[in-house]
Amino acid sequence: MADEIVQHTSWIERDTANVSDEPMVVFDHVDMVFNIASEQLNNLKEYFIKIAKRELFFKEFKALKDISFTINRGEVYGVVGSNGSGKSTLLKLVAGVLEPSTGTVAVNGTIAPIIELGAGFDYELTARENVYLNGALLGYSKKFISENYDEIIEFAEIQDFQDMPIKNYSSGMVARIAFAIATVTTPDILVVDEALSVGDFRFQEKCENRIKELVEQGTTLLFVSHSIEQVERVCERAIWIEKGEGRMQGDVMEVCEAYRNGI
Amino acid sequence: MTNSASRELKRNETKKNLGVLSALVSKDFKRKYRRSVLGVVWSVLNPLLMMVVLTAVFSYMFRFQIEHFPLYLILGQILFSLMSSATTQAMSSIVDSSSMIKKIRIEKAIFPIEKVIFELVNFAFSLVAVACVMIYMQVFPTWTLLLLPVLLVFVVLFTMGLSLILSAMGVFFRDVFHLWSVFTMAWMYATPLFYPLDMLEGWMQQVMLFNPMYHYVTYFRDIVMYGTMPGLKANLICLGMAVITFVIGLLVFRKTEKKFILYV
Repeated sequence: MADEIVQHTSWIERDTANVSDEPMVVFDHVDMVFNIASEQLNNLKEYFIKIAKRELFFKEFKALKDISFTINRGEVYGVVGSNGSGKSTLLKLVAGVLEPSTGTVAVNGTIAPIIELGAGFDYELTARENVYLNGALLGYSKKFISENYDEIIEFAEIQDFQDMPIKNYSSGMVARIAFAIATVTTPDILVVDEALSVGDFRFQEKCENRIKELVEQGTTLLFVSHSIEQVERVCERAIWIEKGEGRMQGDVMEVCEAYRNGI
Repeated sequence: MTNSASRELKRNETKKNLGVLSALVSKDFKRKYRRSVLGVVWSVLNPLLMMVVLTAVFSYMFRFQIEHFPLYLILGQILFSLMSSATTQAMSSIVDSSSMIKKIRIEKAIFPIEKVIFELVNFAFSLVAVACVMIYMQVFPTWTLLLLPVLLVFVVLFTMGLSLILSAMGVFFRDVFHLWSVFTMAWMYATPLFYPLDMLEGWMQQVMLFNPMYHYVTYFRDIVMYGTMPGLKANLICLGMAVITFVIGLLVFRKTEKKFILYV
C-alpha cells in the first residue's frame, strides 16, 4: 500500500499549479433515461397492431440518476463502479454522443469525440487508409495527418505492415494504431476508457507514458477502469457510481477504499 | 506536441464534416474496387453493358421509333440509377454505421449524404460511357451541355432529400428496406427510360408530370441529346421538386436523429 502511494504521487511529475479552478467538465443534476420498448418492434405491421391495441408500452430505465460533479483543468479524474453501473453512459455524455434527459453537461474546451479506441475502423482497409479515415473522424485535417503519419506509425510500431488490411492484424496491433491516432494531438480533455489495457506489458507502459506527457502539458484526463489499482495509481480524484447513482466522490484513495469495502 | 496539434481539434465543424465526408467517400471507393482487375473501369463499362442488354431487349421486342435509341436509353438509365442506387445505399447507412454513431460524436446526416456523393462520383464515370456512345452514334453536344451542373444540383438535392427520409425511416422500421427495392423497380418502369412518353395513355402522361424523375430525365436528354434549352418553367419545376424534397428530408431527419442511438 505504501508503495502504491509513493507511485501515486510520483506518477505525474509537475507542480500542482497546473491544476486550476477552471471547470472543464461540469455535470449538473444529470438524469439519463432510456425508454426501452417492452418488446423490440422493428416492423411496421407489429407497430400498428400494437398502437391499435394500445399495447405500446415503454419501460423507463434510468441509467444515471441525479449525477453532479465538476472536473477542473489539469485534473486526473477517475470513474469507478461495477459492470452496468452507468460508467459508459457517463462517458458518452462527456463525449457528446448522448444528450442528458434532464440536467446539463457542460464541456469546456476540445475533446477527442471518441469513446472507444478504433471506433470507425474499417477492417477491409489498410492501416494507412485507416489512419486517414480515423483521423478525419477525430476531426483532423488531411494535411495534419500526413505531417504526423510517420509519428503515428512509429508509435504503433507497425512500420512493416502499413499497407496490409487490418483484418489481418492482431487485436493488439489494431489497438496500438487506434491509441497512436487518438493521442497525436493534445486535446484539452482526454477520455480514456480501459485503453491502458491494450497490447502487451511494454506497450501499456508506453501508453501510460504518453498519457502522462499529455497531462503534464495540461490535458484534463477522465479515466475509467475496472481495475481499482490502476485508478488509484493514475488519478487524483474520483467518483464512484453504482446503479446510476453517485455514491461518493472526492480523493481517489478514499473513494477507492469505500468502493472496495462496498462490494 | 506543437501548437498546430492542439489547433487541430479546434477546426470548425463544417471543415471537420467535409473532411469526414471525403474520407468516407474514398473509403467506399476503395472498398468497391478492391481486388477487381479492371477496377474503376467497371464504372464506365457497367452502364455500357447495361445499355447493350437493354437496347437488345427493347429494340428487338418492342421496336420503338426513337432516334439514337441506345443514347436515349443510357441517359435515362444512368440518371435513374444515380437516384436509385444512392437512396438504396443511404437507406441502410445509419443502421450500418451504428458502431460509429454509438461511439463517436458525429453529424449523423453525413452518412446518407455521403452515399449520394459517392454515387455522384460513379455517375461522373458513367459520363465517359455516354461520351463513347455519342461518338459512336455521331451525336455531338451543343452549348446546352453546360447546363449539366445545374441538372446535377437538382438531382442531388432531390436524392439527398429522399435519402435523409429513408435513412431515418430505416432506423425505426426495417420494412422499408424490402419495400424500397420493389418501389424503385416500379418507379423505374413507370418512368419513360426505355420507351417514349407518347406511348403512354393520356391520363398516364398527366400522372407523369408529378414524377420528378421524368422531369430530370427529360431535362438530361434535352441538354445532352437534343441540344435544346429547357425553358424557365421546366427549370422551376425541377428546382421546386428538389428543394421541397430536400427540406422535408432535412426536417424529418433532424426531428428523429436524437433517437437513432437507441434503435441502431
